Parts: sequence; structure tokens; C-alpha cells
Amino acid sequence: MKSESKLLSAPYTVWMTVFIVLPMLLVGYFAFTDKSGSFTLENILNVGQYSNVFLRSIWLGAVATVVSLGLGYPLAYIIAKMNARRQNVMVMLVMLPMWMNFLLRTYAWMTLLEDNGLINSALAALGLPRIHMINTAGAVVLGMVYNYIPYMILPLYSVLTKIDKSVIEAAQDLGANDREVFLKVIMPLSMPGIISGVTMVFVPAVSTFIISKMLGGGGNLLIGDLIDMQFLGSAYNPNLGSAVSLVLMVIILICMGIMNQFDDGEAAEGGGMLI
Amino acid sequence: MKKYHLNCNLFMVVCLTLCLWLAPVQPLLAGEAASGGFAVQGSKAASGGFVAQGSKATPGGFVGAGKQAASGAAASAENTAAPDRGVTINVYNWGEYIANGTDGSPDVNEEFTRRTGIRVNYTTFDSNEALYSKLVGGGADYDVIIPSDYMVSKLIDENMLAELDFSNIPNFRYIDERFQDPDYDPGSRYSVPYTWGVVGLFYNTDYIEEEITSWSALWDDRYAGKILMFDNPRDSFAIAQLLLGQSLNTTDENDWAEAAALLKQQKPLVQAYVMDRIFDKMESSEAWIAPYYSGDAAILVENSDSIRFVVPEEGTNYFVDAMCIPATSSHKEEAEAYINFLCDPEIAGANMNYVGYSTPESAAKEYMDEEMVENPVYYPDEEILERTEVFVNLPESTSKLVDHLWAEVKMGGPGESMVLVAIILGFLAVYIAILVYKRQKRKRELT
Amino acid sequence: MKKAGARIYTFLIFLFLYAPILVLIVFSFNDSETASRTVWGGFSLRWYRKLFEDRLILEALCNTLLIAVVSAAASTVLGTMAAIGINSMKRLPRRVMMNITNFPMVNPEIVTGVSLMLLFVSAVRLFGGRSLGMGSLFAAHITFCLPYVILSVLPKLRQMDPNLYEAAQDLGCPPVKAFFKVVLPEIMPGVVTGLIMAFTLSIDDFVISYFTSGTTQTLPIYIYSMTRKRISPEINALSTVMFAVVMVLLIIINARNARERKIEKAQERHESV
Repeated sequence: MKSESKLLSAPYTVWMTVFIVLPMLLVGYFAFTDKSGSFTLENILNVGQYSNVFLRSIWLGAVATVVSLGLGYPLAYIIAKMNARRQNVMVMLVMLPMWMNFLLRTYAWMTLLEDNGLINSALAALGLPRIHMINTAGAVVLGMVYNYIPYMILPLYSVLTKIDKSVIEAAQDLGANDREVFLKVIMPLSMPGIISGVTMVFVPAVSTFIISKMLGGGGNLLIGDLIDMQFLGSAYNPNLGSAVSLVLMVIILICMGIMNQFDDGEAAEGGGMLI
Repeated sequence: MKKYHLNCNLFMVVCLTLCLWLAPVQPLLAGEAASGGFAVQGSKAASGGFVAQGSKATPGGFVGAGKQAASGAAASAENTAAPDRGVTINVYNWGEYIANGTDGSPDVNEEFTRRTGIRVNYTTFDSNEALYSKLVGGGADYDVIIPSDYMVSKLIDENMLAELDFSNIPNFRYIDERFQDPDYDPGSRYSVPYTWGVVGLFYNTDYIEEEITSWSALWDDRYAGKILMFDNPRDSFAIAQLLLGQSLNTTDENDWAEAAALLKQQKPLVQAYVMDRIFDKMESSEAWIAPYYSGDAAILVENSDSIRFVVPEEGTNYFVDAMCIPATSSHKEEAEAYINFLCDPEIAGANMNYVGYSTPESAAKEYMDEEMVENPVYYPDEEILERTEVFVNLPESTSKLVDHLWAEVKMGGPGESMVLVAIILGFLAVYIAILVYKRQKRKRELT
Repeated sequence: MKKAGARIYTFLIFLFLYAPILVLIVFSFNDSETASRTVWGGFSLRWYRKLFEDRLILEALCNTLLIAVVSAAASTVLGTMAAIGINSMKRLPRRVMMNITNFPMVNPEIVTGVSLMLLFVSAVRLFGGRSLGMGSLFAAHITFCLPYVILSVLPKLRQMDPNLYEAAQDLGCPPVKAFFKVVLPEIMPGVVTGLIMAFTLSIDDFVISYFTSGTTQTLPIYIYSMTRKRISPEINALSTVMFAVVMVLLIIINARNARERKIEKAQERHESV
């Protein structure tokens, strides 16, 4: 079986070389050359001028990730404690919104958050003061949390349901109070779920380019917008765009490396993480 | 990793959903053909019959008519419809820039398909710069594009436009003389003007009681948070430059830096940087004041009693948008037929009636609402035109600077390279610290 | 007390998740000339009627479905083959393959999109060819679907007893037949999971398609070009219909599963007695 089976992955290897490895090399090539194709470091050095954009993206992405974790963990925990039938329904309800196109859902938030939007109209009708929400950093974070929170809840849930109830009972029998049980037993056991949840929210949140455009008013430039601007937007410069992409990739790979260190060997079993 | 988020049940569901979805859609598209009565799908015999019916012969003949003849012919019930020629041209135009069948206007693209049998894949862009990016780096093959003046000359300079064959565009003769030999395309070899107009200010009189006469209203903090700005560098900088009394085409770096400083100063007051979303935002009173192109008064001012359009006293930018064919086009003849069609005075008139921009064809005005033709918003008088300046293509180094300054405006000031280096080093340090810590912990555990 | 708190919390989160969807659905029935997003003008089905007359939307939908079907099928075949190959590899080459497989999943989507765009555009320049379009969309979608297929097939392969296949061969079964008779049925659940996952990912993809579509319109791209102006309620109508269908099917399947589970349980109880 061995020798001939190995050949089966040959088409895949070729495919991935052409469509994953080669494009990445191209990004590298563009990042280190200028318009005429000669070597230059200018693009990479210029990325530094956009450090504000990086700072803002990482900051907003991190806030969104923490908020998603904070909101998602309790829900995942509540769902995991329900009976099997209700669990299924709940998981489905968490996933269902993802079947509506995400551009549309984000657009709907615009309708809700605007100064004359539905929320403010409702507030005004109740005699409460209006709140300015749209086109702020808060709105961008809200958009990120909204779009990516299912990616946080689901891995957490699937880890939490697998925790053996007898372990918790044992801890309780040994005199641990609720807080201790959570901090010393449940939390460490759910670490793999937290890790994959955090990465699955953080990576897309840092690199998004639609949410900031729609909810941030275009004034809250994020890394994704910057890349889009250089390739299909108002400042055509694929060399600079490639350099920005390269730096973004480096940052994300380091972050993934850090996250994986918190995960004690579990992920390696699942097929080997990148770092 | 992401495998957590979808379980098997859901996959089944999606599959079934889409099966259900496929079912009604396909007969519907195919049904287009059947409804006309020509149900002989794809048969060669059918195409012969259509040729006789296609009353308006089109350049290029009826090559390939057999394949999709049925569906093309059936697009309209009238028997003047030309057979489908199996050719689709890609047209790339500004948003809200063609009559599309709403508000009692004709659907220009559909009419073109009906008359010539050429299908139109119509897509839109929202700034000249975005058009340029997509054309150069997006690998898209457009057949007709409609950039503005300075972009036309940039594209000509870079050999990206095909020279037009005017024997295929007989309607060019209707274009007024003053548009026939423009500065951006000397001798009119590459472009045919589509519309012209000026940039002005739209404001909502429900909220802004004073009469706006100056661009400086966009810097008025009484309207903070209710101001919109252009989301493209040239148009935004132009406003700052007009206020500063600079030329819109200056190549002096200090001028641009000064204008950028003014835009940065304005940024806290700006609600959003948008293009076509201005329609939505102005109509819903989400924003009170915004600069935009004069022609859009047709939609904005006429839909709402309280929105007014004004050309500020500092002067403004005058633009011509022109139809061109990219050098990469593989359907040049059909593209020329499209340009010719849009120059047909009757079509141009009906089209401009909806679009609201000024037409470069006096002949088309016959087919337009008189109200519009005599309205100074759509056809600014000499006095206003004297205060205008046209954009010209900037030299490479200047346009790089402008792009950079623009990104700086949008991100709020320049960043320090050191900050980025610090971020990356910070992350690396954390990573290494954890690695070291873990190794030592393991060692301790072993001993 | 605690339970009530949990209930309220769950309710609030779901309110957050469903509020915009509710808005979309409600406004798909809005009867308003100007297609306003915030002003309610009475109930009507006009946008649903218009939807089925809108050639552009239906064309975009067809493109989206075609791409999804082709790329799901192709990536499933390619991915299953690859998974079998990877499974029989030694430790080191396997690690290399797994890293390549994982890469597109950790890499930001926008970077994948941009890099593929660079590849396609360079290819068009080097080898001629017309432009990006359906071809590049197929390639891009297959590329980002492949890892998901492999990761859903691999665990099933690992669970399988490797002796099964050899036993079949020892009994005189030719390799190809042995694969279809022995291996495939064992890994089928993983293959189906991968197929459907690829299908959904492809349908919903915006970012990568945005960079690799050339002039072709898919549904998400069409919606994006609308968000730059205003979204026609026709799109609300389309999503409402899709959403309703998904929901109804979910309920049906869930109910059926619940019944099966009940029967299973009853049988178990029966057997244990």
C-alpha cells in the first residue's frame, strides 16, 4: 500500500506548490523589487510609515478577541451544560447567522447603528438621548466581534463538552469551591479550545478590510484596507502592498507561535501546527 | 482547526438548500429563451430566421449567432431584436452613471443588447484610481471604460488604450466642437467624451440654515460629525488646494504637504470618507454636507426638497469623463458599437436625463427635459466655468507623494518605523521568553 | 437564580447575533419607493417579485453555485487522494505536507487573495491568455478548499485499521477495487464532511474572490459593489429566502436525528436488558 499510495498525493503537492508556495514567493519578490523589477529595500522600509495602521489593527483585533472570549466563554459553558438535544439546537442557532452573507449582516449593523438608525430612533422614541455609534472604533470592534464570535464559541463548546464530569466532581469532593474548580480544572482543560478560538478570531479580525470600511467610515484605516488600497484601491502600488502583506504575515506567524506554546502538545496531535 | 465549526448535519442541510435553489433558477434563466416563442434552442436553422428579423444590421455581422440565438432574441418581445451574437463586452463605469430602467428611464444596456445582440457585463468602480488599479493589476479585460480626463491621459501615456476606429463610431459627429480636441487626448484619438461636470457642495437646508458659499464650510465645527469627504486622493486634495489658493496640479511638494495638513486638521470633523454612499447618507440626513459631482444633483436634489447644490466661490474642478477602449480588449469592434450607441443623440439624451450629468452633445438636449437643460446646476454658466480648473496627470514622483500623504490623512498622521519594529520585536521577545521558560520547566521536571 | 441568569445571558447573546438578521428580513418586506433602509413603508412582496426578474443577481447566483459545485468536487477528489498519500508517508515528509496544508488556514485571507492575484496576473502576462475570470476563480477556490478536505479525511484514515486494505489484497482483490470496496466506505463520512465544507466555504467566500475574479461577478462580489452605494432590498429578499430554507431544513434534520437517537436509545436499552 505504502509506495503506490504516496503517489496519490503527487497532484496535491504540485497543486499546492503552484498555488500556495509560488504565490508566496511572488509576494516576497514584489516586496523586494521596485516597479522595474530591480532589487530594493525601499518598500519594506516604507512599511514603517504605516505603523499607526498596524498598531490600530492589532489593538482593535486584540480588543475584539478579548471581548469575544469574554462573551463567548460563558455561552459555550452554558450550552455545554445543557442536555444533548438542546445542545444541538443551540449550536445550530450559533451557526445559523453565518449562512447569511457577512457583507449583508455588516450592512445591517450600519442600519442599526447610524445616528438616525434604528437603535437611535428607538432611543429617541423612548425619550432617551441619542448615542453616536457609527464610524467609531467601537463600531469596528462590534463588527469584528459580531462576525467572528461563532468561531470562538464553537471550539470552546466542543472542548467543554468533552470534559469528564467526574473530574469536576472529584475536585469538588476534594473541597474545591466553584471558583477554584473553574480556575484549576475547567479552565486549563479548555485551553485548546481557547487557543483555537483566539486564533480563529484574531487572525481574521486583524486583517479585515470590509468591516472598517462599512462601520468605521473609512477614517479608521486598518491593515486590510491598506493592502486593498495598494492592489485594487486608490493607490496602486503592488510592491508596497506586498511588503505590507509580508510584515502582516510575519506578525501573525509569531502570534500563532506564541499561542501554540500555551497548548500542551494537543494540537501537534491534530496534524502539526505551523510552528 | 476550523473543522470545529461545522458539523455533519449542517453540511447536509446546505447541500439540500442549494439543490433546492438550483432548481428554480435554472429553468428561469433558460426560460428567458422559451418565453419569446423561439424554443428551438441552439439549432442552426433558427439562426437563419433571425438574421432576416434583425432589422438593424450591426458591424461585424452575425458571427456565432446560432449558439445562443434563442435567448438573445427572446430578451425582448418586439421583433426588432437582434440575434444574440455570443459576445459579451465588459463595461466598467462609475456607479450610478447610466440609465438603468428605474424611475421611468430606459435601460440603456438592455436596449443595446436588444438592438445589436451583444451582451453587456456591466460593472462599476468608484474612483479613477480604483479603475487604474483594477485595469493594471487586477487582470481584468474590460472592453469599455469611462475614466476622467487626467486618467485618460495617464492611460494614454502608459500605452494602455487602443486607438479608436472612428468609422465604427459615426455618431462622434454629434459631439460638440469644444469637446472634440481635448487637452487630455489631443486629436481625440483614444476617447469619446461621455459627460462633463463640476464638483460642488451638497447640503441639507433643514440643518444648515446659512447659505453656503465656501469650501471652508467643510471645516466648520458646527457641522462636526455630519461632514462627508471624498474617498479618493485627487478630489479630496483639490478641495484643500482650492481653499489654499493653490493650483490643483501643482508639483511643489510643500503645496501638497500644506494641503495634507489642512485635510488632517479636518479629519476629526469628518463623519466618513465615502464615494457613492453619499446618496444614501445625504438622503437619510445621516450627513448634512458633502462635496460631490454636479450631475448627482439629479438624484439628490430632485429626491429631496431640502438638499441644495452650490459651486463655492473659490472655484472648483471641471471634469470630462470619456469612453475609452483598453488596449487589451478582445472585442474592440463591439466595444466601438457600444460607444457609438451611447453617442446616439436620442440615447444620450434619455441617458443624461437620468444620470443628470451634462452632455457634450447639443443634439442630445432635444431629447432631454427642458428644465434640466436650462438648469445652471447641470449646465454651469461661463461665469462658473471660468473659476474651474481641470486635473492633469501628475508626474510619477508627485502622484506617489499624493498617495502617501492621502494614506497619512486617513490613518491620522505619519507613523514611526521604530514603532513597527518595536511591535515585532515585542512579539518575538514574548515568544522567546515563553520558549525558554518552557524548556527550563521541562528540565526541572525531568530532574 | 443562577439558571435565570444563564437564560438571560443566552437570550442577550442571541439577540446580538440575530438583531441584524431580523432587520434584513423585516426590510425585505418593506414597501418603499426609495428602497429606504430605515423607514418602514408598509408590507409588500415587491422585492421578491423583482428578485426573480433581475438578470444580474440571478447570473451572479449561478456563477457562485457553479464555482462552488466544481471546486467542491475537484477539491474533494484531489484532497482525498492527497490524504491517503500523506497518511502513508513517513514522519518527516508528512510534517512538511501538513505544514503546507495548514498554511493557507492560518494565513490571513487577504494575503492569500493578493498572492493568488499576483500569480494569475503574472501568468496572464507571461503566457498570454485573456484575463482572470472563471478559470482563476476555480483555481483559487480549489486551493483554499483543499486543506479543509484533507483535514476532515485524515482523522478517518487514521482511525481505519491499515490491515483491512492488505487483507483485501491478500484475498486477491486488485488495488483499485480494494480501495473502492474497503477504504472508501471507511472514510466516507470524512469525505462527505470535506465536500460539504468546501461547498459552503466556496459559496460564502468574498475576500479571495474579490482579488481573483477579474470581471466575473459572484454573489458576494455583486453584494459588495452594492454596499458601496446602497443595497437593493432584492438582496435582502434573496438572503431571506436562503436563510429560511436553511432554517427549515435544519429543523427537519434535527427532528429526524432526535427521533433516530430515541430509537437507538430504546434499542440499547432493549439490548442491555
